[in-house]
Amino acid sequence: MPGVEGFMYPNEVELQWSVLIVLYPFLTGLVAGAFILASLERVFHVEAVKPTYRLALLTALAFLLVAPLPLQLHLGHPERSYEMYLTPHRTSAMAMFGFVYLWYLMAVLLLEIWLDYRRDIVLLSQSATGWKRLIYRLMTLGSSNIRERALAIDERIGWLITLIGIPSAFLLHGYVGFIFGSVKANPWWSSPLMPVVFIFSAMVSGIAAVMLLYMLLTWLRKETIDMRCVDTVASYLFYTFIIDFSLEMLDLIHRIYEADESFRSLDFMVHTKLYMSHIVVQILLGTVTPILLLALTQVLRLGEMARKRIYAVAGCLTLIGIFAMRWNVVIGGQLFSKSFLGYTTYKMGLVTREGLLVAIVLTVLPLIILWVLVKLLPPWPEKSSGSLPDAAPVH
Amino acid sequence: MNAFKNARHLFRVAAVFVVGGLAFVGVRALLVPKSFGQYGHYRGNAIAEIAARPVNYAGHQACEDCHTDVLEKKKSGKHVHVNCEACHGPQAKHVDDPGSVQPVKFDTAVLCVRCHEANIAKPKGFPQVASADHSNGLACDTCHQPHSPAITAGETTGGTK
Repeated sequence: MPGVEGFMYPNEVELQWSVLIVLYPFLTGLVAGAFILASLERVFHVEAVKPTYRLALLTALAFLLVAPLPLQLHLGHPERSYEMYLTPHRTSAMAMFGFVYLWYLMAVLLLEIWLDYRRDIVLLSQSATGWKRLIYRLMTLGSSNIRERALAIDERIGWLITLIGIPSAFLLHGYVGFIFGSVKANPWWSSPLMPVVFIFSAMVSGIAAVMLLYMLLTWLRKETIDMRCVDTVASYLFYTFIIDFSLEMLDLIHRIYEADESFRSLDFMVHTKLYMSHIVVQILLGTVTPILLLALTQVLRLGEMARKRIYAVAGCLTLIGIFAMRWNVVIGGQLFSKSFLGYTTYKMGLVTREGLLVAIVLTVLPLIILWVLVKLLPPWPEKSSGSLPDAAPVH
Repeated sequence: MNAFKNARHLFRVAAVFVVGGLAFVGVRALLVPKSFGQYGHYRGNAIAEIAARPVNYAGHQACEDCHTDVLEKKKSGKHVHVNCEACHGPQAKHVDDPGSVQPVKFDTAVLCVRCHEANIAKPKGFPQVASADHSNGLACDTCHQPHSPAITAGETTGGTK
């Protein structure tokens, strides 16, 4: 049989989970990571990262809105997916994830963004014209109270929501890891470390994405990049990356030492079919290289331009590495037989419902949504955005 | 009182959530069938609806009542335990009206390989062939008689199983 080596059970020959299921944890990870970066400023008072705070929240929202789309496209009957909310099955991990997703979207992200932007929304509802004015007025919920006392209440409630949001973000992406880690029939996935590894890799990808977006958008706006902010974000990326890499190595060492009945098969797979995506792209190019690059900026006294370039390269490599990690988990976990005697091949479609083209569209779509959100709710300081009039409390 | 006034917008957003929650409860009551959960995590009425559907399969005894010659032939072959409708498809309508509803004759080149195409996952003792090499596109019943497929002396040779 083409693409099949050794012995495969009939239901293992064709992969059921495609590149879209690779994209789903990747997008969700960016959400969780971006939110955790935002929480640094709000809860842990890391003032240096403040310029990225709002951008991180909008990034999280843009990616969260797209995160369930790969799953929808994977379903045979996507029009029935809402039934998951109407008649949820408590033993289904995916059904429960629907509620985790909804909680995170509605109770955490939307609420936090609304509270943080409320003053801006009220001011924009007074200064904007046309359909934008209508949208802003709708977003004010009919309340234009931006007195100092009201904003202070918002600040306190926003802080509380961020506080709830941190474990929620951990829950959101830990749950994605749990969905894989709890599949006891698959030794490539089945590991209690999986949710933890997913959380830390999510933080890594989210921080890298916001750092890149901040640098790119600031450059596009022809503004000066706040190097104190980028340096701080990059240092957090570096530390989180080290923890993430250590956890992945811990998982690897544990597997090598334990060497259970699946080990020879998985080891063979990593040295053959997954060599390029796992060893070369994920570990060497996507993990070790960015860690070394970021370490350089921590150890050496480099100029501003050199640091910017290093951050840009390290950020891109990080995102490639984390995507490769999702790829190796999702696709790698389906390439070997439960008999441990055979291997199959994943052949990605190009213009199919779960093919490459759709995957590219779903990767670009959050960026388009982010562009709309940034236009609607500018995340920049008022003086440089020029879109907000002077604050004037309205009763 | 002042604090209440300054937090009014929070009550509004809370009201949006309450309205959303109530809308969800309302939509759920409207969309979830009444019999859902009656027996398990599915629509209870589904059982009665499925039971009320017309029966498509007649069962091998109905076939054997008329086709006694085929029954005799099957008894001597390896397909003795293969149900008639496994190959011929559901035949309840034919049993009800044998005169006007006739079973469709299948192309054996397509039908037989459903079970007998070689696959490494099948037990070694199970008769299986790589059809492209074995018959080169010829219909299986050129050599094998489906009701008793073994080729005996005097019959056309060429098949192996």
